[in-house]
Amino acid sequence: MGRLIAGRMVRLVATLLLVTFVTFMATSLLPGDPVNALIPIEAQQDREFVEQVREEWGFNDPLLVRYGRWLGDAVRGDLGDSYVTGRPIIDEITPRLPVTGELMVVTVLLGILIGVPLGLVSGYREGSRADKAVSAVAQFGLSIPNFVLGLVLIYVFAIKLRWLPATGWTRISDSVTGNLKSVAMPAIALAVAEVAVYLRVLRSDIISTLKENYILSARAKGLKDRFILFRHALRPSSLTLTTLIGLNIAGLITGTIVIEQLFAIPGLGRRLFSAVFQRDYMMVQGLTVLLAAAYVIINATVDFIYIAIDPRIRRRA
Amino acid sequence: MPAENASTPGTGPVAVSAGSPLLRVDDLHTSFHVAAGEVRAVRGVSLTLDRGRTLGIVGESGSGKTVLARSIMRLNIGGNVSTSGNVEFEGRDLLDLPLKAMKNLWGTELAMVFQDPMTSLNPVVRVGRQLTEHVRSNLGAGRGEARQMAIDLLREVRIPDAEARLRAFPHELSGGMRQRICIAIALACEPALLFADEPTTALDVTVQHQILNLLGREQRDREMAMILVTHDLGVVAGRTDDTIVMYAGKVVEQAPTRVLFTEMRHPYSEALLRSIPRIGQRSHTRLSAITGRPPDPIDIPPGCPFSPRCPYVQQKCREEPPPLVAAGDGAGGASHLSACWYPVGTDAGRDAFARNLADRLPQTVVVAEGSEFAESAAANAAAEATAANGSFEGGGA
Repeated sequence: MGRLIAGRMVRLVATLLLVTFVTFMATSLLPGDPVNALIPIEAQQDREFVEQVREEWGFNDPLLVRYGRWLGDAVRGDLGDSYVTGRPIIDEITPRLPVTGELMVVTVLLGILIGVPLGLVSGYREGSRADKAVSAVAQFGLSIPNFVLGLVLIYVFAIKLRWLPATGWTRISDSVTGNLKSVAMPAIALAVAEVAVYLRVLRSDIISTLKENYILSARAKGLKDRFILFRHALRPSSLTLTTLIGLNIAGLITGTIVIEQLFAIPGLGRRLFSAVFQRDYMMVQGLTVLLAAAYVIINATVDFIYIAIDPRIRRRA
Repeated sequence: MPAENASTPGTGPVAVSAGSPLLRVDDLHTSFHVAAGEVRAVRGVSLTLDRGRTLGIVGESGSGKTVLARSIMRLNIGGNVSTSGNVEFEGRDLLDLPLKAMKNLWGTELAMVFQDPMTSLNPVVRVGRQLTEHVRSNLGAGRGEARQMAIDLLREVRIPDAEARLRAFPHELSGGMRQRICIAIALACEPALLFADEPTTALDVTVQHQILNLLGREQRDREMAMILVTHDLGVVAGRTDDTIVMYAGKVVEQAPTRVLFTEMRHPYSEALLRSIPRIGQRSHTRLSAITGRPPDPIDIPPGCPFSPRCPYVQQKCREEPPPLVAAGDGAGGASHLSACWYPVGTDAGRDAFARNLADRLPQTVVVAEGSEFAESAAANAAAEATAANGSFEGGGA
């Protein structure tokens, strides 16, 4: 187990190095001068001033030197300053992280809490009316884009019923109910697709697990159907689902961009979106580090959950 | 832990023939409805089994023996199965029983050991829990009680270091060990009838023997009835009181096991016996396989289902299905039944064989060429049947 963790750490560092290097190079190769983000348009005609700023920010140094400098700072916890606001990237990210984090957690929880029972039922009762109804709903949930769903929700719950705020964000420290109200619609808009995917994957895995010989022998032992379903079928059927949830969590970090934009939520996705448009490459770079780290950590967590679910993997790991 | 008494002959169970048998199956039919048509897996099987007795069901893959066993237990789950006939177990009609009541018999009265121990145990559940979870739910045993029972069971099926094994996962054990555990699971609730469905097919040859001996010993010690399903006539020899040979979903021959080996009447039984390799054979002797394949269960030919492959086949066989009737005046008496128009070992059979040989019928020629072997094989098997396991003595004859 210790070796496994050590291996994951090495992988984390290697991934971060690779991803930040590639992002650094890519953003530097993009057309457009980052200096333009730093100084007002009127001042951009002043060649001397521009050159001075370039020198100050180190834009004239070779790419590798600039990357090395960024990396050296990053290791010490300094991800640089935003080209647009001039504030440290860390300070820009920190208040936004819990917003997107909460949105993600609520979305995934909704997905699991609704998707897993539905998947179990429709897999267990394959071909039944309940199964067909669930499949139809899942199909619908998969086909409707989340922003369309978001718009419908806003129309119904904010404009018509006036139960929920259409946009904005209340921090949990300010008001718990206010916070729940602001997370409800964006989380539901995001969770519908998650529910659909989770239930479909679990359904098909349950169906194939129930055909296994050990399920037949569990029946022949006289165990109750419900006991067999929960104690014998669910665990071996949840490997694909675990992978998928892990991937989707990581995917949600950027997957929230459109929804954060729609609901005007001050999260990471929205910040990334504006950073790209404003050529705030330092911000893009900082968010990339965060994303890459999240992917690696989530994948490692999934691997550990795998081991907990299926003892056969322990030996191979 | 019961003492090993396999070496003590003659301690077989006294058949409690007070009235009705433990299990009576009457004209059982099982079909699966699939897109291509109706798969008639079992076509009118009748049998009886007394308490504490053993019955072998023998046949090739696809002869319906596994489906028969599962039909009796009503384990053929799925919407496309239909079963008809009569299955009477301990005085109850199992086919008429509500499913819920039937489920109460699973594990407690009727238990099954499956073919493949590699896939019959849940890979993500520890052995200890799999051993006794049904004891706890069926009989309401407590945790500590169940644990002690699991240890006792493991010792009984000769698994060393039982306490440590409780925490093992199935993949940490060998195939033979896993089958021992499957047997222990089946025995845990003291069933009255144990089905062993090809319990050794997936195992190493050396382990097969041990597992069969274990099953035999448990059957005797517990005075439990057992149905041993196998494709290998050599497995039932000396291990079961009676034997049924199945082909294409029907019983083609049925007799006390010793009688079957000494007075084999059905050409299919004979063919199965011929296909067993023997130690006495010269090395590189060609094994006598049965030519052709079993009929398509969706489209079974009229007449005797074995006729297309039978070395004794005559025109009558192709047209009229032979009834299962008493196989003459042999030692088996009324308990020896066979379904053949030209039985092996009768004048009718010999004439039919000679006619076919004269006509150079391919399957007959193949058999004739290996004939001296066939005779010796039959003699061997008969000797084995009487000598191998003395405690199965005292058959119905």
